[in-house]
Amino acid sequence: MTGHASAKSPLKLYFAIWATLLVFTFVTYKVAFIELGPFNPVVALVIATLKATLVALFFMHVWHAGERLTKLVIVSAIFFLFLLLGLTMSDYLTRGWH
Amino acid sequence: MADSTLIGLHHEEEHRPELLHHFADVTQQRNAASLGMWVFLATEVMFFGGMFCAYLVYRTAYFGDFAAASKSIDATLGATNTGVLICSSLTVVLAVWAAQTARRALLISMLVVTMLFGLAFLGIKGKEYYDKFEEHHVPGASFSFDHVPIPGHPGEYANPRHAEIYFSLYFVMTGLHALHMIVGLGIFTWLLIMAWKGRFTPEYHTPVEIGGLYWHFVDIIWIYLFPLLYLIDRHP
Amino acid sequence: MSMEIAIPQPVERENYLNNEYGFWSWLLTTDHKRIALLYLVSITFFFFIGGFFALLIRLELLTPAGDLVQADTYNKLFTMHGMVMVFFFLIPSIPATLGNFLVPMMIGAKDLAFPRINLLSWYLYIIGGALMLHCMLTGGVDTGWTFYTPFSTNFTNTKIVEAGIAIFIAGFSSILTGLNFVVTIHRMRAPGMTWSRLPLFIWAHYATSIIQLLGTPVIAITIVLVAAERALHLGIFDPKLGGDPLLFQHLFWFYSHPAVYIMILPSMGVVTEIIACFSRKRIFGYHFVAFSSIAIAVFGFLVWAHHMFVAGISVYSALVFSFLSYAVALPSAIKVFNWTATLYKGSIHYDAPMLYAFGFLGLFTIGGLTGLFLAALGIDVHVTDTYFVVAHFHYIMVGGAVMGYLGGMHFWWPKISGKLYPEGWAKLAALIVFIGFNLTFFPQFLLGYMGMPRRYYDYSHMPEFQVLHVLSTAGSTVLGVGYLLPMVYFLWSMRYGRPASDNPWNAAGLEWKTSSPPPTFNFDKEPVVTWEAYNYDELDAPVHPQEVPVGR
Repeated sequence: MTGHASAKSPLKLYFAIWATLLVFTFVTYKVAFIELGPFNPVVALVIATLKATLVALFFMHVWHAGERLTKLVIVSAIFFLFLLLGLTMSDYLTRGWH
Repeated sequence: MADSTLIGLHHEEEHRPELLHHFADVTQQRNAASLGMWVFLATEVMFFGGMFCAYLVYRTAYFGDFAAASKSIDATLGATNTGVLICSSLTVVLAVWAAQTARRALLISMLVVTMLFGLAFLGIKGKEYYDKFEEHHVPGASFSFDHVPIPGHPGEYANPRHAEIYFSLYFVMTGLHALHMIVGLGIFTWLLIMAWKGRFTPEYHTPVEIGGLYWHFVDIIWIYLFPLLYLIDRHP
Repeated sequence: MSMEIAIPQPVERENYLNNEYGFWSWLLTTDHKRIALLYLVSITFFFFIGGFFALLIRLELLTPAGDLVQADTYNKLFTMHGMVMVFFFLIPSIPATLGNFLVPMMIGAKDLAFPRINLLSWYLYIIGGALMLHCMLTGGVDTGWTFYTPFSTNFTNTKIVEAGIAIFIAGFSSILTGLNFVVTIHRMRAPGMTWSRLPLFIWAHYATSIIQLLGTPVIAITIVLVAAERALHLGIFDPKLGGDPLLFQHLFWFYSHPAVYIMILPSMGVVTEIIACFSRKRIFGYHFVAFSSIAIAVFGFLVWAHHMFVAGISVYSALVFSFLSYAVALPSAIKVFNWTATLYKGSIHYDAPMLYAFGFLGLFTIGGLTGLFLAALGIDVHVTDTYFVVAHFHYIMVGGAVMGYLGGMHFWWPKISGKLYPEGWAKLAALIVFIGFNLTFFPQFLLGYMGMPRRYYDYSHMPEFQVLHVLSTAGSTVLGVGYLLPMVYFLWSMRYGRPASDNPWNAAGLEWKTSSPPPTFNFDKEPVVTWEAYNYDELDAPVHPQEVPVGR
């Protein structure tokens, strides 16, 4: 994250990302009313992750970040979150096994 | 015996008012502030993460009850709020761009608009909380959730105790999120005051950048809260 | 054989202690060294509070009957002992005192990245501590430091929410310290101070900070949920309302297991520095030791449910956590091997810091190995919730972490205070601590193995345990004396101790290249590092190698 703006104006990119995010939100909302069985939560979360990724990469400037350290911090946070969720669920999902 | 080659400060001391004495130069200061905010956001991921864990455990165990409870909150308002936050994230990046390009008026107006979007979000949230209060869906002594059908399972009704767990998580998760929004509004108020006083330049606008990072993070949390809380099972 | 070279300084130079005087110059300081001292005083205070509770516990257990205090009071005693010792002593201890003091100096920086946040961190600790004190004085908590649900949410009428808020605030203090260290170590190393030249003390604190940052928020949210459940009768952890008490335990231990690595890693960093200096050798396997610190931090997050083997988790999950708990021992073992290899053919000096380091080596090894016993599901079923567990964690936290802390305090005392502590008394105190510690806690392994439950104030149905309990209590008084001695002579040395030179131990590290005590901004000129860490061969080389001996 540097202090100077990129040579080309980033405004078009920002508005494009903004529009994409709104479209994704609309799609999430509409798809939720369609019966997709077990894929409803999958679709919802995949779209949410796409949205979060766009915000992080372009609004939070991770795409243009010079350093790998920023990406390492993000990846670490997500990794440890998944540890918490995954290992906890490994208990709950296997309690019924015999 | 080896000796350190002690030389004077390796950068010419920059006499910038915003340069703190323990940093060698403004670049180091800015990089430290940026890393500091990213690391703080990582802690926030884990803070909300604990609640996501509780949510995951109970949604898996009580899917039907959670679906019934989820259906009772207003998805249109939720989607609208998602849109509001997305717009606010746009105004935040525009504010940062304005600071980078010395556009003081645009910076100030974008900060103000961001805060207005934030207030709009909180207003809609308040309306949603009010609706839940009216419907006796607030956990506690007056909670009631009787005879609410489970979506997709005609004839079956949601267990009120399990629905109460959903609403407990709903209020704690959205409540903590709203609290972070309020803190964000406080941060942006301070940024607005600093911007009004002309403290930000293309060379120094680090507070705007890192304040923006915080705001985007709060947006990202909501991007996940929306489908998880509002859209568990919406098809008729 | 002491290596101290005390060169009396003719004129008192300006340093961080004398550059400013007055109450507010301390309470509003942003100097990391002064903040370290503020922490030192505060955590010592809480150490004695926690120790006082321990003393009462041991007094009660002198006799099989519950005759000193009532059952409810005893519950409060062990709870408050645990909460104070864990959250207000052990977690901050080394990072907030030695870490705060040394991290900037060891990397050649003028201060931490965020000095004002550092001061805020201390204030948060004080506020949390004051709240905890108030809680204890007005009734306390009786749930055990682990405050399991649903007892803590539904049934007890002690001051859970207040204690929870106190711990929440102290947790924030811990998070901010970790944040400061991580950013400082990344951004503020002096020119030439590459990652591979960092003292292993820094690597240890970096790893500790990762745990503080990623683990503490989870217990923070757990406390919020417990407080909400208690205040609003939510049911998230209440089985009668569809909640699962084990969810609380998962969330609680997700932090509280890595927390024990917060407590031990800095101590390992201290021991590494001491062993290198007093063997006059570079640490064997520098990169192994460095990466093992990171490995402990990461693996430490994978094992938490070994505290829950008999609580009702699935047996398949228990198998996975048991296996992972064995894996987490590997990086610790690597460190022990590397310390041992460092000692091999080293030029060993038995100064007080080194005595503590030796104590650490033995006691941490015992404590760590008994952890492996507990990781085995079959053994754990029998010794869980007995004194075996109590002995295990005290060996690591007291025999390990506190020994390392005392060793570090002695090693860096000349740097911090500019005075030398009395070496004879220090050696005596180290010996008393070692003897007192083993007398206190070794009998507890035996007690636990034979079936003495923990958290029991009355063992009259097992009167044969009294002998071991009496030994343990006797040991605790000896241990208490051992802890008081350094307090006394450290304070004495501040007034009457011999002045210390810049580098009384002839040790490696940037902190020894500046005066004792250091100037406010640590170095007169920013250092530029051109040598490797632990360059003891250079430090011990003859001063004038080109001199030719007479008679050639």
